[in-house]
Amino acid sequence: MENLISVIDWSRAQFALTAIYHWLFVPLTLGLGIIIAIMETIYYRTKDQKWLATTKFWMTLFGVNFAIGVATGIILEFEFGTNWSNYSWFVGDIFGAPLAIEGILAFFMESTFIAVMFFGWKKVGPKFHLASTWLTAIGASISALWILVANAWMQHPVGMEFNPDTMRNEMVDFWAVVSSPMAVNKFFHTVLSGWTLAGVFVVGVSSWMLLKKRNANHCYRSMRVGGWIGTIGIILTLATGDGSAVTVARHQPMKLAAMEGLYDGAHGQEIVAFGILNHDKRPGDNTEPYLFDISIPYGLSILATHDANAFVPGVNDLINGISFTPQGDTINTVSYAERIAKGKEAQTSLEKYHKAKQNGDTAAMESHANELKANFNYFGYGYLNSPEEAVPNIPLTFYTFHIMVILGGYLLLFLIAALLFAYKREITEKARWANLFQRLAIITIPLVYICSICGWVVAEVGRQPWTIQDLMPNSVAISDISAGYVQTTFVIFAIIFTALLAADICIITKQISKKSKENLDTAK
Amino acid sequence: MITYEFLQNYWWLLISVLGATLVFLLFVQGGQTMLISTKDAAYKSMMVNSLGRKWELTFTTLVVFGGAFFASFPLFYSTSFGGAYWLWMIILFSFIVQAISYKYRQKEGNVYGTRTYDTLLFINGIIGPVLLGMAVAMMFFGAEFTVTKSNILNPQSSAISQWGAGHGIEAIFNYKNLLLGFTVLFLSRVQATLYFFNNIDDSRMHQEMMPGLRLNSILFVIFFLAFATMLLTSDGVSYKNGVAEWVSYKYMSNFLEMWWVLIIFLAGTVLVLYAIGRTLFTKSFRKGIWYSGIGTVLVVMSLFWVAGYNHTAYYPSLLDVESSLTIRNSSSSEFTLTVMSGVSLLIPFVLAYIAYVWYALDRVKITRKEIEETIPEEKY
Repeated sequence: MENLISVIDWSRAQFALTAIYHWLFVPLTLGLGIIIAIMETIYYRTKDQKWLATTKFWMTLFGVNFAIGVATGIILEFEFGTNWSNYSWFVGDIFGAPLAIEGILAFFMESTFIAVMFFGWKKVGPKFHLASTWLTAIGASISALWILVANAWMQHPVGMEFNPDTMRNEMVDFWAVVSSPMAVNKFFHTVLSGWTLAGVFVVGVSSWMLLKKRNANHCYRSMRVGGWIGTIGIILTLATGDGSAVTVARHQPMKLAAMEGLYDGAHGQEIVAFGILNHDKRPGDNTEPYLFDISIPYGLSILATHDANAFVPGVNDLINGISFTPQGDTINTVSYAERIAKGKEAQTSLEKYHKAKQNGDTAAMESHANELKANFNYFGYGYLNSPEEAVPNIPLTFYTFHIMVILGGYLLLFLIAALLFAYKREITEKARWANLFQRLAIITIPLVYICSICGWVVAEVGRQPWTIQDLMPNSVAISDISAGYVQTTFVIFAIIFTALLAADICIITKQISKKSKENLDTAK
Repeated sequence: MITYEFLQNYWWLLISVLGATLVFLLFVQGGQTMLISTKDAAYKSMMVNSLGRKWELTFTTLVVFGGAFFASFPLFYSTSFGGAYWLWMIILFSFIVQAISYKYRQKEGNVYGTRTYDTLLFINGIIGPVLLGMAVAMMFFGAEFTVTKSNILNPQSSAISQWGAGHGIEAIFNYKNLLLGFTVLFLSRVQATLYFFNNIDDSRMHQEMMPGLRLNSILFVIFFLAFATMLLTSDGVSYKNGVAEWVSYKYMSNFLEMWWVLIIFLAGTVLVLYAIGRTLFTKSFRKGIWYSGIGTVLVVMSLFWVAGYNHTAYYPSLLDVESSLTIRNSSSSEFTLTVMSGVSLLIPFVLAYIAYVWYALDRVKITRKEIEETIPEEKY
């Protein structure tokens, strides 16, 4: 049993490590691809060499970042098989399809046209080159679409039915999988956060060059494009974040409770703008949840339901099966203890179904299949021993959510200021505070990465212990391998990825430093 | 009439096309093994830039091959990847380091120096073909696993696919698997040379590569014949009416019973040998890669077909014959295969734009002059 827990923990740690490293590079690819495509479009329309120089400057950085994104990405697809083999079977019928479509539609597009982007300047015409740059950027977004559809499905499984004969879930409605509100919100929220990150990156790097008094024209050009993409990105990220909150409230209320550190919900629930959790607090006890908090009245009810008076359940309410409609009617009355009992009943029914099948007793098969169907929504709970096991890590979810929100608000202000800075050049060039803003822009680069990573931590830690919400906990999703094997590969990944990250940062900083000294108002 | 069986067969066909294309594109890895021993900097630069414009296609094909297997035959995905853990992990480590090496090798500030990245390319060049060949060889010679779906109801040991203690290490040291692994390695080196002949316009370089081509060709033919002999004399798992059993000379029987597969296999072999022979004996012949490429695709597809069609288990279990994976018991549902088949109709469009871009970038061959005159940002 100890080994089993260890395998689960190490497998989770390995996936978290590889996913976080991958996500350090992907958002920049998503956003910078669009920024470069816009810059090249301006060059194509104006034939102005300075825009070509600016395009090539950012393209160099894009290429370095893209390569390491590819390197860290391959492992994620294969880890579903190597470390989560039961998961691969249990839901492969649904989950595999988006991955394959991602490969066919997006990966080939990216890998084919990026070659033209970098090596085709003198080999293909300007129109074909511009189209290749756009197709590379679009390919990256299409790739994001399908992997996010797959991820959203894990958070909110739809469009499938459990087949007791094959003992797996099978897709019955592809459109429901693709168009689920969770998938739509997740796609826009994630891709647009990439625009935000890339916008901040461009503004930050340009600010560094301005501080060094190098290529001011190029910097202002870049800041305008980057500033616009970043600003549009952050506004729409905040808007889709609102949509995400509603879908989470509806389909993953435990995650929402963890995000807010909310144990006992209320009508007109306030939202914690800033707070320090009481780490001694446990579900069901009478301890105060916060040591300190500043809250906004009605905030969480509005965020979760767009209704100021709506009831938002907390951890204890959910465990006890208590929730209310805005009219005060009790709903959601299946307590976690009942869910566990129903889950175990579902599993027993499945076992009996197969015994009946072996005996050729079709009447019993039908009866057990019906019992299974009645309780299947709670199938995963049958693996849990107590309701508390269904509660995610509240401090980690709470703090990362609040860091993300605070930084998101800051980024909105920062990017609007960056746009003003870029367009009011005659003022900002002479202003004494310009240096201060430029330094702030450089500091903002790591902050936007922290914000982005925090978003994923909220999404993934907040849904624990589920690999597939309500259907399959982590403990049942893993492969039959020893903890020692996973520890070994974890260490190898940590060393390789850290070494690659070091090289990536060194190359990017060196390239910025070197190329910023060239004349970026004329193309080579 | 599109039946479930038709869809399963169709997806096995697509898997075979992807697998065959991947083996062809492994010429990139073959070329990487040659870089470290190339002393002439100009030659090396031309070779790196020639390969560098293609490595992402190989990499992407590997990723799509994995994704397509996951979508169409998820039980293989969960059994092979989760079981042969070390085999797949080593393959993946080698591809991770490949992905950055081209871009970083000549960049200032790359921390570890060009030689380190060239060594990583060499490692990927050796490990990629050998271990991918071994992973495919397990489809003929079997692996140590069992599949018990009811395990999913046992929280203490829930993995439905369980392996022997080696977890893929035993497959790496299996001489039968090694035969195919080395066949793929030497084929990739042969094809890399043929690709350089076609893609780089430098007759002196071609002359200097001839002895290497001769040696690699001989080694390839020896390993290929040994593997083919082993395959034709091996037992395989046959399944009929839900019963699986080991059958002697199963793969030879498959070739004979599916005569059209045998013809494709032989035609592919002849094309590869023709490409090698004509390149070696006709000084001005530069199109060998196309003949060997088509030949490789035909041979590998036919191998996938004898592995999976004609009531054959394409992943035989050495521990429990009933656990062997077939295209019937390991596939996705009919609905999913139907949806995926709709998406697969886009594949010709994808192939068309890949072919066009390949043509656009390669219609002017790489020369020493071109590489010297290209600015650092636009070359590797």
